[in-house]
Amino acid sequence: MAATATLGKRMRTIGFHTGASALSLLWFLPIALILVISFRSTDDVLGNGLNALPHSFAPGNYSAAWSGGGMQQALINSAIVSVPAVVVTLLLASMAAFALSRYEIPLRRTLILVMLGGNLLPPQILLVPVAKLSQVFGLYDSLPTLIAVEVGFGLGFYVFVLQGFMRTIPAEIQQAALIDGAGPFQIYWRIVLPLTRPALAALAALSFTWVFNDLLWPITVLVTQSKMPVTPALLSLQGQYVSYWNVIAAGSVIAAIPTVAVFLRFQRHFIAGLNLGAVK
Amino acid sequence: MTLLHTQAPVAPAAAPLRRGRLRRGGPARTSPLILAFVLVPLLVESVSVFWPAIQGVYISLTNWNGVDAPSFAGLGNYSRMLHDPVFLKALGNTAIWLLLFGGLSAAGGLGCAMFLQRERRGIAVYRAVLFLPVVFSLTATALMWQTLYQPTGMANGLLSAIGLGGWQHAWLANPNTALYAQILPALWREIGYVMVLYLAGLKGIDPALYEAAKMDGASAWQQFRHVTLPQLRGVNAVVVSVIIIDSLRSFDVVWSLTQGGPFNSSQLLSTYMYQTAFVNTDFGYGCALAVAIFVLAFGVIVSYLVRAFKESD
Repeated sequence: MAATATLGKRMRTIGFHTGASALSLLWFLPIALILVISFRSTDDVLGNGLNALPHSFAPGNYSAAWSGGGMQQALINSAIVSVPAVVVTLLLASMAAFALSRYEIPLRRTLILVMLGGNLLPPQILLVPVAKLSQVFGLYDSLPTLIAVEVGFGLGFYVFVLQGFMRTIPAEIQQAALIDGAGPFQIYWRIVLPLTRPALAALAALSFTWVFNDLLWPITVLVTQSKMPVTPALLSLQGQYVSYWNVIAAGSVIAAIPTVAVFLRFQRHFIAGLNLGAVK
Repeated sequence: MTLLHTQAPVAPAAAPLRRGRLRRGGPARTSPLILAFVLVPLLVESVSVFWPAIQGVYISLTNWNGVDAPSFAGLGNYSRMLHDPVFLKALGNTAIWLLLFGGLSAAGGLGCAMFLQRERRGIAVYRAVLFLPVVFSLTATALMWQTLYQPTGMANGLLSAIGLGGWQHAWLANPNTALYAQILPALWREIGYVMVLYLAGLKGIDPALYEAAKMDGASAWQQFRHVTLPQLRGVNAVVVSVIIIDSLRSFDVVWSLTQGGPFNSSQLLSTYMYQTAFVNTDFGYGCALAVAIFVLAFGVIVSYLVRAFKESD
C-alpha cells in the first residue's frame, strides 16, 4: 500500500515537472530565438532563414545597434529620465502619504481618491493638452518635461499604496517620538520613512520599469531623435534597419537588459510591488 | 468622519480627536509643514494631470489644427464619430481586444497560478520564466514578435513543423490576421502578471476549506468551483480592472508594429486617437476620441475607486 502511494506520488511529481518544463520552454522559446538571431550575421539570416541554426557568430550586431542605432545615447537618456522620476515620485508620494495617513487632514479620503483617480485616467485625454501646454511655456522637447509628466501621472497610485502601508505602522512609535520632542519632519524622515522601506523598495522597482518602458509620453513631449529614451529609440532603430532582423533583435535585447537586471536583482520587491498595487 | 471611531484613543493626550489634529494621539493643530506635504504633490498632479484633462475636454469641443486659434464646434466632433467608419472599426477592434486579451489573460493567468501554486523544488524557476516577459517593454516585445511573424519566422516554422503548413500567413501584413497576431505578444506579456496576482490570492485561501470540502467528498472540479473561485472574488475584481484599464491603454504593440494597418484593420481607439491628433494634426477630433476612451473606462475607474474607498477606511 505504502509503496504504491509513494510511487503514485513520484509519478505525479514527474508529471508536474514535465508539464511545467514544457510550459516554461514554450514561454522562453521566443526569447531564445531572438537571442540566437541577434548573434547571427545578416548573410546567414538572409541565406538560411530566421529559424535556421546559427552558421555564424556576429556580435557586431550589438555594436551596430549600440552606436549606429543610437541605443547608447538612448540608454543615457533613459537613465537621465528614469532615476530622477522614480526618486521624485517616491519622495512626493511618501510626503503626501505620510500627511494623509498619520494626520487628520480635512477631506482626507476625498483627496486620496482624487489623486488615485488622476492616475486611472486614460493618458490619451492628456496628450494634446500636455504637448500644447509645454509648447506654450517653452518646455516642449526637453527631458525635464518628460520627467515632470512621468512624475505627475504616476503620483496618485503611489500615494494610495503608500498611505495604505503607512497606516499599518503602530501609533505608539510616533507617540514615543513626539514625547522625545520630534517635530513632524523628524517623524517623517527618521521614523516613518525608514519603516516604509519595504514598500518603497517594491514601488521603486516597479516604477523604474514603468518609466523605463514607457512609449507614449516620450513620443508626445519629445521630437528630437537624440533626446529619445530607449523605448522610442527602439522604434527608430526599427525604421533605420528595416529587415535587418539581427540588428533589431540586438536592439530589443539591449532595451530589455536594464529591466531584466532590476527584476532579477530585486525579484522579491518586484513581485511584492505588483501585489501591493492590487486593491483587495 | 467615520475613521474617528475606528481607533480608540491610546494615550490620554489624544483624548478629543478633532479635525486638524494628529490622528492617534499627538500635538494640537496640523502644522503648515503637514499641509505642504499634501499640497505640493497635489499641485504637481493638478498641473500635469487635472488641468490638462479639463483642457482636453474643452479642446474636444473645438476644431483645431494646432496653428490657428481653435474654433468652437460644440458637439460636432462627437457626431462626426458616429459616422466615421474608422472610429467604428477601432471601437470594434478595441472590444475584440478587450474580450480576447482580457478573457485569455485572466484564464491563462489563473490556470498558470493554479498549476504553479504549490511550493516545491524548482517552482521559482518556472514562475520566473513565465514572469520574465512582464518586465520587457511592450515595444521590445512587439519587435521580438515582429521577427517571429516574418514569412520565414518562428510562427510559420512551427506551423509547418506540425504539418499545418497550409495555415501559414504573412501575419502582420494580412488585414485578416494583423489584429489577432498582435494580441498574442500582449498576452504573452500579461499572463505572467495576472499569474502573480492570482498566486497571492491563492496563498490567502485557508487550507482548512479544502480539507472540509474533501471530507464532504467534493471532486477537484467542485473544490475549484465552490472553494477556489468564491475565495478569489477579491482578486478577480482587481484582475478585471487591471485588464480593462490595460486593454484600453494598449497602444504600444500596435503602434510599434502596424500603426493600425493594413487598411485600419488593426486600428484601436488609442492608436486612432494618436494618429488623428499627432499625425493628422486634427486636435479637436483627437481629443474627442480621447474623451470617448475615458467614457468607456469610466465605469471601471469608478468601481476601482469605490473599492479603494472601502479599503482606505
